[in-house]
Amino acid sequence: MGFERHGGVKKSRLWMLAGLLAIGAAITLLAAGGLSENMVFFLTPTELEAKGTEVYGAPLRLGGQVKPASVQWDADTRDLRFVITDGDVEVNVRSTGAPPQMFGDGIGVVVEGTYGEDRVFHSTNVMVKHSNEYRPPDENHDPHETYKSLIEDGA
Amino acid sequence: MLSTLGYASVIAALLGAAIMTLVGFRAGLSRSGNAVGVALARRASYFAFFGMTAGMAVMEVALLTHDFSVEYVSRVGSLETPTYYTAISLWSSLDGSILFWGWILAGYAALFAFTRRREWSSFAGTPVTDRGLAPTLRMTPLITAVIGVVGLFFFGLLAGPANPFGLVSPAPANGPGPNPLLQNHPLMGLHPPMLYFGFVGMTVPFAFAIAGLLVGNLEARWLRDARRWTIAAWAFLSMGIVGGGWWSYDVLGWGGAWAWDPVENASFLPWLTATAFLHSAMVQERRGMLKTWNLTLMIGTFLLTMLGTLLTRSGIIDSVHAFTEGVIGPLFLAFIGVVAVASLVLISWRADRLHAPGQIESPVSRESAFILNNLLFVGFTFTVLLGTMFPLVIEAIRGQRISVGAPYFDMVASPIGLALLFLMGVGPILPWRRATGEKLKRSFRWPIASGIVVTATALALGMRQLYPLLTLGLAGFVLTTIVEEFVTGVRARRRISGRSVPGALLDLFVRNGRRYGGYVVHTGIVVVALAISVSWTWKSEREETLRAGERMAIEDYEIEFVELWGRDEPQRFVVGATFNAYRDGHPIGQQSPRMNIYSGGQQPIATPAVRSSLTSDLYLTLMAFDNEGGRHATVRAIVNPAIAWLWIGGMIVGIGALIAIWPRRSGRVRTAGDDLLASTASAVSTEASQRADGAAEAEREGELAVVGSGGGDPPTGERLAP
Repeated sequence: MGFERHGGVKKSRLWMLAGLLAIGAAITLLAAGGLSENMVFFLTPTELEAKGTEVYGAPLRLGGQVKPASVQWDADTRDLRFVITDGDVEVNVRSTGAPPQMFGDGIGVVVEGTYGEDRVFHSTNVMVKHSNEYRPPDENHDPHETYKSLIEDGA
Repeated sequence: MLSTLGYASVIAALLGAAIMTLVGFRAGLSRSGNAVGVALARRASYFAFFGMTAGMAVMEVALLTHDFSVEYVSRVGSLETPTYYTAISLWSSLDGSILFWGWILAGYAALFAFTRRREWSSFAGTPVTDRGLAPTLRMTPLITAVIGVVGLFFFGLLAGPANPFGLVSPAPANGPGPNPLLQNHPLMGLHPPMLYFGFVGMTVPFAFAIAGLLVGNLEARWLRDARRWTIAAWAFLSMGIVGGGWWSYDVLGWGGAWAWDPVENASFLPWLTATAFLHSAMVQERRGMLKTWNLTLMIGTFLLTMLGTLLTRSGIIDSVHAFTEGVIGPLFLAFIGVVAVASLVLISWRADRLHAPGQIESPVSRESAFILNNLLFVGFTFTVLLGTMFPLVIEAIRGQRISVGAPYFDMVASPIGLALLFLMGVGPILPWRRATGEKLKRSFRWPIASGIVVTATALALGMRQLYPLLTLGLAGFVLTTIVEEFVTGVRARRRISGRSVPGALLDLFVRNGRRYGGYVVHTGIVVVALAISVSWTWKSEREETLRAGERMAIEDYEIEFVELWGRDEPQRFVVGATFNAYRDGHPIGQQSPRMNIYSGGQQPIATPAVRSSLTSDLYLTLMAFDNEGGRHATVRAIVNPAIAWLWIGGMIVGIGALIAIWPRRSGRVRTAGDDLLASTASAVSTEASQRADGAAEAEREGELAVVGSGGGDPPTGERLAP
């Protein structure tokens, strides 16, 4: 009986080991596959231009600044168009939805979406760059005052 | 003035940590014992805590009195910020949070010293055996010393590169105030401290592990203590994570609680390994196996808390290049590297004592379930770590910036999470060593039936997605096993004591809080899993521009735009939109999502209006408003079913953890004498404790009659005779 039991232990350890290996392999495969599928390249407008047709249709993140006075937004259709620039190259961006928390001209944004033959970046998600560090307000632009006047003028 | 006082306090704490380290190591590493040194190391712990408390108090005074000559205050304070947010701006920036961190660390050191004070006071009169001082006694000064090393690092940062007490001359008249995002919600006063208490708390089990390796005492005895410290830290971490989700939900305006953001992942990684340890430690306690593994988890968890701090505090996430510009990041990285290498060296040096005597006997046993659980938790850690670090590695190597999207994390987390949910039901029911078919059938009958019923009901109600269906079914399965455990326990207790059902239930918590508190934690986790699954599956979202009087319907809710308004507050200007909200046609009050425009901030911060109920939340975010006349507003409405259960589940987890670590009179109150007795005359006490364990096990099974006749396991490490 002693022998049998010992043999049983050995066998079950083998099973255990095989099972653990299989699960480890499954997790590794899952991670590797998931990673290659969900890797999103982060490009600047210049890099986007340099890549050419190579990036057409691939999920991308494009980062840059909103070109001053380029934002066009229709409140009713919520059709949003603006231009992202890095100083050298400009990219037209189209999106549906309100600009997040009403971003202003010249603010840093990251847009997620695809770029295609129409040379327009179709964005599904517009993110304003959050900074943990404080930046002093622009001399000419005190948002506090700007918004205050907007509402009061309206009322 | 305050600046000097604060800096002096930090130096005092640094001195305390230096004494803890030097004296602690000397006393712990000498075989003959050094009672004077041990007492000194203990006092040094108190002294370091005193220093850090003074430092933090000085910083609070500086913040609250707006002393802008103190560098940190000039960076995060402002005259306009409300007092509450001024007080908590202690942790709104790097140096302040390291100060807070250091204070918590010193607090843990002092608490540890305090809990061991009796052991130390009897130290002087302790007889020394011919083998030298009992290893358990040498653990205490060594644990203090290891905490001291970590203290040296943090207090050193405060004294040098992250000094919050620098002097600004001339002092500015006012400051910018904290980051707008961090002064937008009262939870900022609760969520970061919870996380820090959790993160820093992992230092204590780490110190246990290193001390155990140094002494060569790798028995399960101290593991129980280490596990209790881990549960405390783990509970803080859990509630910190849930609190963070709640904050993000209430502040960020996208209607979700978790985005797999690197900062969130940083808090989740040590949680995963700590959870793994809480389970694997039981295998070592019970069967003497997994020694190396447990040490690795304790050390790994600590390293992950350090990595988390590095990720969240060094700017490395924004860009690898931001990291190299600061001093803090490289210092953290160096510290992590040194600790990792030193730990590896220690483990290999002690390899001969790490041999595990126990064996897995059957794949269908509690220990197998625990090992599987650990594999999954570590796999989970690995995949989250991979997704978080991959972009950094790629950027460092190839200069190419990439990001790994949330879908990756969802994709890997879902199956692993479901497998863990399944094990949560199976593990506690399986007996140690091996299960018999008959017993299995009996214990799993009801859980499986209820799992099937729940899944079938969901199917009948039209649910078709695989993962949510599995989650519901498994939740039914797990909850039934937990109910079964409680029913069996209450029955057994009633048979012994004849108490009423509530009395017997209370008895379970008082007498075996570790086990039944654990079940409460499991219940909380199931609730969280259900909330995640339900709210993600049935979330609906709609965004529209409305004019006064216009309505928008979403699910069973309807909103009507009333007006746009503006309000001046000292530190900000608020634009709000008022909506009348209806549910099933009945008015449920007015909702006012707002935008807060801070003078210092560049863009407005939205504050969503959330109307919460147990069934679903109506979540409104003001996306845009008419700049010229205030006639229309663009609003995003989200209906989030069952999301309130996410927070409720988090609280249940906290309560369960509290039950599990609540000090018990009946629990073993250990003194130095007991330990010495135990280590010299181990045979008797081992048997006694095995009997006690056996009794607990038997009670669970409701088989009290067999206690005396060997219902418990044979002593740990005994091999089966071939």
